[in-house]
Amino acid sequence: MTPLVEMRDIHLSFGGVKAVDGVSLDLYPGEVVGLLGHNGAGKSTLIKILSGAYSRDSGEILIDGKPATIDNPRDARRYNIETIYQTLALADNLDAASNLFLGRELTNWLGFVDEAKMEAETRTIMGRLNPNFKKFSAPVKALSGGQRQSVAIARAVYFNARILIMDEPTAALGVQETKMVAELIEELKRQGLGIFLISHDVHDVMDLCDRITVMKNGQLVGTETVGEITEDEILGMIILGKRPERAA
Amino acid sequence: MADAAIEVPRRNLFAILEIDTRLLGMIGAFAVLCFGFDLITDGRFLTPRNIFNLTIQTVSVAIMATGMVFIIVTRHIDLSVGSLLATCSAVMAMVQTVVTPEWLGLGLNHPLTAPIAILVGLATGTLIGAFHGWLVGYLTIPAFIVTLGGLLVWRNVGWNLTDGQTIGPLDSNFLVFGGTNGTLGADWSWIVGIIGAVAAVALIWTARRAKAGHGFAVKPIWAEILLSAITAGAILGFIAILNAYEIPQRRLARMFEARGEVMPEGFTAAYGLPISVLILVLVAIVMTIIARRTRLGRYIFATGGNPDAAELSGINTRMLTVKVFAIMGALCALSAVVASARLTNHTNDIGTLDELRVIAAAVIGGTALSGGLGTIHGAILGALIMQSLQSGMAMVGVDAPQQNIVVGFVLVLAVLIDILYRRRTGALT
Repeated sequence: MTPLVEMRDIHLSFGGVKAVDGVSLDLYPGEVVGLLGHNGAGKSTLIKILSGAYSRDSGEILIDGKPATIDNPRDARRYNIETIYQTLALADNLDAASNLFLGRELTNWLGFVDEAKMEAETRTIMGRLNPNFKKFSAPVKALSGGQRQSVAIARAVYFNARILIMDEPTAALGVQETKMVAELIEELKRQGLGIFLISHDVHDVMDLCDRITVMKNGQLVGTETVGEITEDEILGMIILGKRPERAA
Repeated sequence: MADAAIEVPRRNLFAILEIDTRLLGMIGAFAVLCFGFDLITDGRFLTPRNIFNLTIQTVSVAIMATGMVFIIVTRHIDLSVGSLLATCSAVMAMVQTVVTPEWLGLGLNHPLTAPIAILVGLATGTLIGAFHGWLVGYLTIPAFIVTLGGLLVWRNVGWNLTDGQTIGPLDSNFLVFGGTNGTLGADWSWIVGIIGAVAAVALIWTARRAKAGHGFAVKPIWAEILLSAITAGAILGFIAILNAYEIPQRRLARMFEARGEVMPEGFTAAYGLPISVLILVLVAIVMTIIARRTRLGRYIFATGGNPDAAELSGINTRMLTVKVFAIMGALCALSAVVASARLTNHTNDIGTLDELRVIAAAVIGGTALSGGLGTIHGAILGALIMQSLQSGMAMVGVDAPQQNIVVGFVLVLAVLIDILYRRRTGALT
């Protein structure tokens, strides 16, 4: 099977700092790959290269086995790559519908933004994802962390993402909301999306992911399959930056 | 099916009417100002004549203030608008006094002169604005610096274009845009007013139908009727006031003389709606539509609210900056048309300090310098408040230096009240 995404030998430096140093990574449809590492390990930077927020210095990105040009977030959207950022990328002064459709507004036959239709669509999808969501006309600044997160997820789901990047999706959430996000990830997996999940909570990742990639100091430590590795071994990879030595 | 819509209970009258209390506060302050001056001047402030003059004096700053809203909402500033106005005015003055009569050989007061001059002026303003936007957006020079440079450059480019001379008199058709020299008269003013009132009411009801059609909560019927009545009443009342200002007899007599006729005995005529005010209304409508109903407007407000989110959402924020500054430039040119036509000639100091008046109008009108927040109608009301304050003081007999002291205080005070209001209501800052 062709991987959905393949990143080969990616390099990116900021000044003299090698933020990402020769990392290769792949992702298959219907799979969740967890990206683990300390703060500053380069996880977010690597993923921002895929989402177009940063341009790589060198290396290759293949989507469906074909080389892809991703130089800005607009390019990434063309490949159906959607990102849910840690620092929720929402415009605080706008309401949920405006944020959900930001950059891809629905318009009527005159080319004007169709506010009523956008709100109706938002109500439909939020009803599915987070039925408790009621604040449709308030600016998202007035929403809780979980509500904001559901707006961000709704955006990815609504536009039929094939590749979903989630950067610490549950960091700002309560227990109930975390559970909701976990269920949503399962659902999206069944639909055949590929998901990159960035986290530094090992526990979270073991529950949700199929494979786990560990980074340290901008370099790839290794990629392991969940079920063939213990939590302690992953912690070892994160802290020591070495793959576990297996007996035999 | 409006009746099938869900009506939700709300707390107070203003909430039911869905009127922004901040806007209401501004209208209140404006009313207090007007009635206060009217009292002090023994009823000279709220005469049709003074209201007419007040509106035509406000137009130039108000037009630019609508563009400044977009600039400030995207977290930029434009200090060059007064100078840009001067350059556009100089270009248009030279086009209509040198280029078309001499180079193109059309002679004076040819019907093509005014359209050519205005088009050239608009192009100049738009290009210069776009250039500012390019410097800010693509070369990432802070807008404060770019337009501070522009303030010096364009004021003096204008000076060089005219060799520092006052250019005039301007083309007779061009002067129509100035105010007193171009009004619709009583009948046409009523027609425009009635069309405006009908359109406004129709808009209120179509918005209700669209909301109800999707099953959203709508206002109670009586609230919609009240709102429609107030809107229509305000538009028609304004027209009635302007129509109550009659053209002075001597001026009328001169107008008849100019046409080679003799004025009939007892003839009177009203000025009616000035064309410059009509232009402001059209600018306000177009800018409001851009702000609320187009992608461009959405992106302007999203970028102001969170530039990173906008960029990550695939919005080309650099190009957006160019567009916003280009709009500002075009509006400066339009203001230049109105301002120079009102003065009937181009002078070098035209638009001096307008940048400050325009920024003050936008800020008093509720545009937050932190970005992401502001309305077109607020900025226009801000311009009107500033102008009323200034001409009211002049009427009372306050000297110019004292006027500026008061205006400065009012600007700071207005922003303070705004901050306190937003803190108390928990609105966005």
